[in-house]
Amino acid sequence: MDLPAGLLYTKEHEWVKLDGANATVGITDYAQSSLGDIVYVEMPKAGSAVEQFKQMGVIESVKAVSDIFAPLSGSILEVNADVENDPAKVNSDPYGAGWLVKIALADAAQTKALLDAAGYQKVVDAADH
Amino acid sequence: MPSLLFEQGAAGRGSDFVRPSGSPQTFLNAADLRTDLPLPDLTELDVARHFTALSQRNFSVDTNFYPLGSCTMKYNPKVNEAVSGFAGFADLHPFAPDEGAQGALRLLWHMERTLSSLFGMDAFSLMPAAGAHGEITAMLMAKRYFTERGERDRVTCIVPDTAHGTNPASAAMVGYHVVSIPSTSRGRTDLSALRAKLDGSIAVCMMTNPNTLGLFEDDIIEMTRAVHEAGGLMYYDGANANAIVGLTRPGDMGFDLMHLNLHKTFSVPHGGGGPGSGPVGASAALSPYLPSPLAARDETSGAYFWDEERPKSIGAVRAFPAHFLAIVRAYAYIIVHGAAGLRENSRLAVLNANYVRAKVKDFLTVPYADHCRHEFVCSAEDLKKQTGVRALDLAKGLLDAGVHAPTMYWPHVVPECLMIEPTETENRHTLDAFVETLRALVTRAHEDPESVQQLPKHTPVRRVDEAHVGRQANKGIGLRWAPPEERA
Amino acid sequence: MYTPHTPQDIRAMLEVIGAPSLEALTDPPKGLAIKGELDVAPALPEAEAYAHIRAMADENAAAHMTSFLGAGAYRHYQPPAVPYFAFRSEFLTSYTPYQAEASQGSLQAIFEWQTYICLLTGMDVSNASVYDGSTALVEGVIMAAQATGRKRVAVSRAVHPLYRRVLATYAEGMGIGIEELDCDASGRTLVPRSIGDEIGALVVQSPNFFGAIDAVGEAAAAAHRAGALAIHVCAEALSLAVLKTPRELGVDIAVGDAQSFGLPVGYGGPYVGFVATTKEYVRRLPGRLVGETHDVDGRRAFVLTLQGREQHIRRELASSNICTNQALCALIATIYLATVGRKGLTSIASANMANARALARAIGAVPGFGIAFDGAYFNEFVARTPLPAAELCARLEKRGILAGLPLSRFYPELVHELLVCATELTTPAQIDDFANALAQECKHAVAAV
Repeated sequence: MDLPAGLLYTKEHEWVKLDGANATVGITDYAQSSLGDIVYVEMPKAGSAVEQFKQMGVIESVKAVSDIFAPLSGSILEVNADVENDPAKVNSDPYGAGWLVKIALADAAQTKALLDAAGYQKVVDAADH
Repeated sequence: MPSLLFEQGAAGRGSDFVRPSGSPQTFLNAADLRTDLPLPDLTELDVARHFTALSQRNFSVDTNFYPLGSCTMKYNPKVNEAVSGFAGFADLHPFAPDEGAQGALRLLWHMERTLSSLFGMDAFSLMPAAGAHGEITAMLMAKRYFTERGERDRVTCIVPDTAHGTNPASAAMVGYHVVSIPSTSRGRTDLSALRAKLDGSIAVCMMTNPNTLGLFEDDIIEMTRAVHEAGGLMYYDGANANAIVGLTRPGDMGFDLMHLNLHKTFSVPHGGGGPGSGPVGASAALSPYLPSPLAARDETSGAYFWDEERPKSIGAVRAFPAHFLAIVRAYAYIIVHGAAGLRENSRLAVLNANYVRAKVKDFLTVPYADHCRHEFVCSAEDLKKQTGVRALDLAKGLLDAGVHAPTMYWPHVVPECLMIEPTETENRHTLDAFVETLRALVTRAHEDPESVQQLPKHTPVRRVDEAHVGRQANKGIGLRWAPPEERA
Repeated sequence: MYTPHTPQDIRAMLEVIGAPSLEALTDPPKGLAIKGELDVAPALPEAEAYAHIRAMADENAAAHMTSFLGAGAYRHYQPPAVPYFAFRSEFLTSYTPYQAEASQGSLQAIFEWQTYICLLTGMDVSNASVYDGSTALVEGVIMAAQATGRKRVAVSRAVHPLYRRVLATYAEGMGIGIEELDCDASGRTLVPRSIGDEIGALVVQSPNFFGAIDAVGEAAAAAHRAGALAIHVCAEALSLAVLKTPRELGVDIAVGDAQSFGLPVGYGGPYVGFVATTKEYVRRLPGRLVGETHDVDGRRAFVLTLQGREQHIRRELASSNICTNQALCALIATIYLATVGRKGLTSIASANMANARALARAIGAVPGFGIAFDGAYFNEFVARTPLPAAELCARLEKRGILAGLPLSRFYPELVHELLVCATELTTPAQIDDFANALAQECKHAVAAV
């Protein structure tokens, strides 16, 4: 399972890449592999406000459906239209072309509540048992 | 494989079926008429070949063993079909005057009374067309009941984590907030977890008994009492009624509302996914809220009639009062059995499930120690860890051997779950053969796991690409035949 | 009755299980056994059960009368080929096609049903069917409410009263408000120039309950001006063969009942509802959907798809609680449409229109009778009667004729209005007899006026 260092993670299997006051968000390799073939992604509209750890979207595979939670509060800067068109990108490249949204952060201090790669690895290990 | 109907035929082939009476333009203005009707013209032989070929690409109870848990795929006696086809039923218009429909009304009235007695309810409505339809009907009744009592803050519906998905979905449709409660290590709903959720907000608790693990909820009396003490109602999901008919009654367990699946318990054929029939029963306190009309009998004259004078009724959940021809089939099933025959069938359904369970235990994990009722669950989790072969692969392997797959990956509390319900109509030879087929697949999984993961090989198609179609379908593509020029 | 085990089998099986007796294995927990006798008739041998039910069927005199009843349930010709193939065991006794490898027959048939509904309505996508026309309407309204985020709908009074009753029952539980739209002298809906922006859907039926071809195009335009969706209801699916399609009229959702395609009137069911819409709203469709794909060997295959919308995966977040569809009924309709084809369906529709017009002429020629609304119609219309229509129906019934539906049953102000229907099965002799019976029953009433 691919788990890049340098990213932040949530217990709900989202990853966050910080870029100044903005963040790019996606779901982890573990999440895409557990869900299986992703067929549909429903994301918040650009401009809408999201709140940390609250649901902001839905991701659907052939046999399962899962909520996407906002890892950080803020407003949606951009939604990945490529993924809306071709959700398979989340399976093939979860940390790259399969990113979901970019958020303009409301409170950078909230990153303290996120996990680093090692912390997230523990979450995954626990889930597999 | 047969091509689609729309890829066959030739314009002008086929018949008029009726005496020609002029073109549509004779009767209506062009502004009201469509310009084109792009349907294929076929001969009756084209149609015969096509649908016969399609039928041969299906599994069915009459051709294959169908141990599909929670679906009760028992044999559908053909007398049911014959009587539902009588012209006196088929040609009877739903607006026919009651005097001209006494036989149909009599049948419906007897059915309402019989189901009420068998399940310990005050009355039944035969209106709902399916189990989920019965559930929403009962939720609408519960909501109206609490509204009339001025208890509008009752907004919570409790469902066990093993419940059918329709339970939470039906409750959510009337605006109820759904709370899930866990199962114990014995595979029963956790009574203390239930008690912990009970407060003044409880509206309904929906239970299936035996539950979807095939186990009888032995704390059921305590559960219904606790819910009643909190002011809530108990709802019985009749999906698993085939284990209890004639043996015990939801009404006696304390349930206020219930639905049945006549297509499971009472042998109405499943038809490839409907029509079903989902009658709703209610206790004396709730029966005034049942949909209208109900079939009734005038005690003085003995005449049967549709009783519309039911002021507390929620209204109607489908246009006409009964899913009638499905009811006729179930009625036939009931009268050839009587109470004793139905009870015997329940016992034999439980016997068959326990027999298969006792044998499957040898080679798959059976997570709960108790004898089961009409179905049981087993798990391929250990097999997956040892070999990589999953429940899905075993299910697909069964298809290759001509056995329908058990219900899979549900309930979610059991990993790699296979839910097996043999039903009472299967003989010992079939059950033994099924067990040996499954055993051979497990053995093969240990020896050559990859070959099992490739199955099935001999079905009309093999494993299909669901991801491709799902992604297209979200854009509205691939859900109908499209002419070649639209496909490009 | 239909169970196989001998007492020896049962003993041997109990031994394998390790249970002392069948009762010990199967009795409910203590205290829950049924006390006393059940009120269930004793079992009948199959031959007697057959005769018993036969007698009940024969008691239904109305099933054999000359009938001019329509009103959402239509007696049409069912080519014998239709039940012959539809009731093959492999279709009849199969389960929902969740296992694609074992269900290609059912899946392809549903795909063909979806295609037929799209071709007939002009819409882009159709689901695998729902319980009936009334629940199709409910599902359409839910789709529109969710798509617009609005919890009020405007519904024409000329939509089938029983469909409206079902909608009202669901709407009360779901917190959806309903406004009614009145009709004009032609029996068509009075579509307001503008509707409020709290309205999420505008619902009209065509042909409507009075038989009139309704103002669907106007309704669609009014709905869209207000940001609402337009829903077209069709209770007589045969009319789709000739009338302008819902799509051409600009609606977003087309719903209805396809009972006319080969299903008997059957005292009200089972019937089969359809829900069709544009690509834009495909994810809001309720219930099952079949899509085309291929298997690992590249062969064409069909499979249930978009299951992530449905209750068995999404549970309380599903857009609808519907689980089953009316697969066998949809199959019957599909085989019907395949059998009659474009040519047959057009001829049958024309025969309906011809016979309805012959009926209108015959009724119109009876002293005291008239046609209540002057709008264009398909196979049903409203006659104005000199006697109260309900009384007239009771008198005609004694003569073995079901005269139609007295509208006072649903519209208390329409006492002298009788909804009548002719289909391809209506004969000139039946129309003559009907007109004569009307004349005789009303002689005195007309003379008195």
